[in-house]
Amino acid sequence: MKINAENMSFRELNEKIRASRGRRVEIENMLGQRYTGSGCTGKDIHISGIPGNALGAYLTGCDITVYGNAQDAVGDAMNDGTITIHGNVGDAAGYGMRDGKILVKGSAGYRAGIHMKEYMEKKPLMVIGGKTGDFLAEYQAGGRIIVLGIGYEKQCPVGDFCCTGMHGGVMYIRTEHAPELPAQVLCEDADKADIKAIKADVELFAKKFGYDAEELLNAHFYKLTPNTSNPYRRLYVNN
Amino acid sequence: MPVNYFPAEFEVLRNYDKCISCRACERQCANEVHYYDADFGKMLAHENQCVDCQRCVCICPTGALKIRPNENSFRKSANYTQPLMTEAYRQAGTGSVLLSSMGTPKDYPVYWDKILLNASQVTNPPIDPLREPMETRVFLGKKPTQMKFDKNGELDTTLEPSLTLNVPIMFSAMSYGSISKNAHESLARAAEGLGTFYNTGEGGLHKDFYKYGANTIVQVASGRFGVHKDYLNAGAAIEIKMGQGAKPGIGGHLPGEKIKEDVAHTRMIPRGTDAISPAPHHDIYSIEDLRQLIFSVKEATEYKKPVIVKIAAVHNVAAIASGVARSGADIIAIDGFRGGTGAAPTRIRDNVGIPIELALAAVDGRLRHEGIRNEVSIVAAGSIRCSSDAVKAIALGADAVYIATPALLAMGCHLCRSCHTGKCNWGIATQNPELVKRLNPDIAYKRLVNLVTAWNHEIQEIMGGMGINSIEALRGNRLMLRGIGLTEKELQILGILHAGE
Ligand code: SF4
Ligand code: SF4
Repeated sequence: MKINAENMSFRELNEKIRASRGRRVEIENMLGQRYTGSGCTGKDIHISGIPGNALGAYLTGCDITVYGNAQDAVGDAMNDGTITIHGNVGDAAGYGMRDGKILVKGSAGYRAGIHMKEYMEKKPLMVIGGKTGDFLAEYQAGGRIIVLGIGYEKQCPVGDFCCTGMHGGVMYIRTEHAPELPAQVLCEDADKADIKAIKADVELFAKKFGYDAEELLNAHFYKLTPNTSNPYRRLYVNN
Repeated sequence: MPVNYFPAEFEVLRNYDKCISCRACERQCANEVHYYDADFGKMLAHENQCVDCQRCVCICPTGALKIRPNENSFRKSANYTQPLMTEAYRQAGTGSVLLSSMGTPKDYPVYWDKILLNASQVTNPPIDPLREPMETRVFLGKKPTQMKFDKNGELDTTLEPSLTLNVPIMFSAMSYGSISKNAHESLARAAEGLGTFYNTGEGGLHKDFYKYGANTIVQVASGRFGVHKDYLNAGAAIEIKMGQGAKPGIGGHLPGEKIKEDVAHTRMIPRGTDAISPAPHHDIYSIEDLRQLIFSVKEATEYKKPVIVKIAAVHNVAAIASGVARSGADIIAIDGFRGGTGAAPTRIRDNVGIPIELALAAVDGRLRHEGIRNEVSIVAAGSIRCSSDAVKAIALGADAVYIATPALLAMGCHLCRSCHTGKCNWGIATQNPELVKRLNPDIAYKRLVNLVTAWNHEIQEIMGGMGINSIEALRGNRLMLRGIGLTEKELQILGILHAGE
């Protein structure tokens, strides 16, 4: 089904998506409508134009592809499905996401992947092709975040305050320049086993956006995990 | 010998004439205070571990036990009190932040106790609630301010989504994790029995309790624990938690020890990892951002459910509430600083925020002044201790109240303020299966129903005395209130006259 979103309110657009039969929905002339696909299940949404904030919030097993940039709060608290962005994303992408994938060809704004979590077989993934702003993965509690830094090889591709409060999950950064990290985060050179662990993820990214996975993987990665030998314990005393 | 800088807070007094060494107290105390000493042939106590939860006192079959404050006292000072000195010793020993639970025990003014209610005499006679119908049903949500007609001139009768409460009292948010599954079940069943609502708190909804959805408010907080589409759709309303009265500006921290399998499953985080709720929602920096979150949950639930925004009562609460009312929220819950908590840094709990009475009066006044009072309902929370507090809250402008501590009391809580230790001997604020078993939901839910039913009778009686037969006519009816011993300024903020005026 094709929807021309020109001059359409977000509410009407969402009603049309929900009411549409079949899986594939193509939206044209999108201009800032918010909450597209909020809580959506069982659709494959293709967007040309610019979707507004909170694209794919609470997404539950639905695919969204944007042929351009997306704005803030992409995939807020999403639970399943794949969001593919052929451009950049704004702030707070993937806040509290629990499963599914967010793949961004370009860069992400501030506060990407905050409080990402995981539970048993639910393990979210976010891959950012370019660089990210500050506060990446604050309070990360699970899942995988991969920052490839394509085009930013001469600098560290993540901003300041990366992984503050991280207590679970893992992050990989493709760079020679280690980020500054809090004492509770362990930063190691990724070894062969690590590269193997992210191979499928990077291949997926490369396939979607036309890169050579081999080439991307054949570089130095840092692996960031919570430092179990230096946890946040003993902050409190019973009173 | 290491020096113990401060003595036990409580003394365990055992009447050995009555004690039969049955060791029931020993089995009942999760703090391992009581023990049997074979050499002496009698029960003894590690008094320094006692938190005065009264469990052993209530259980002892011969009534042999008494717990009382340790009478040993440091040299008296009105400035450096014994608790302050003890806290300094605790921190000097550990380098840690003091952690407490339940509402602040400090001696701040309780305005409920400085407000008196009116009753009718001679003219406008009282109404007998036993004889006449007395309406305590409340509808929470946006109220239409004008009539709308469609193209054919027909009256548009569609209303915004709302909640219908048989009693003007709901159970406020307590997460599964901070309280036990049996406690949650008791609250859910009581809410169903009473025709009101309980609130999941921020820990998600246990799969066994989806069946109480029609009486459930599901909460979304900064940690987004257990939040997914089915969860949002499971309840009758969605509450976005921006703040909590006991700890404004502070997030939550449920220690890994409390994250047992079932809690992990409900929160959807691995077992044993700390559940940290950041202080802010990291995607909300403005009223506009709040609006975005409100509408994203409205979209996910197809506009079928009212959205509550819960804020802590802080200095600029009236201005904040005005913003929230314009953000698309249907209901605002305001939580005063004397409200309870499962764990909060002591200094925050005891010093941050303002009393609900002043916050409520300020918010109601501000929204009326701006002509947007009908845009939202107001729920008052944070130390509504009894039915007369509820009546006063409604007369100050609330549509309904949230209670939590009185609900815990109904389930057996003795306000020992040790919830954060996870060793609640009453089976409420714990995940230890041996302790959880002590709370029987079949009994506890009836006690909750009893409590609220009794309060509702009292509310009806008080209303009847005022000559008011519907809660609608009580709401914001500040003429029914008079201050006692209050300053001009306090009266002005509360918007009430002094007794005798
Ligand atoms: S902690 Fe409770 S059960 Fe244990 S001795 Fe003290 S009052 Fe009794
Ligand atoms: S819930 Fe339990 S631990 Fe908390 S104050 Fe009440 S009795 Fe004490």
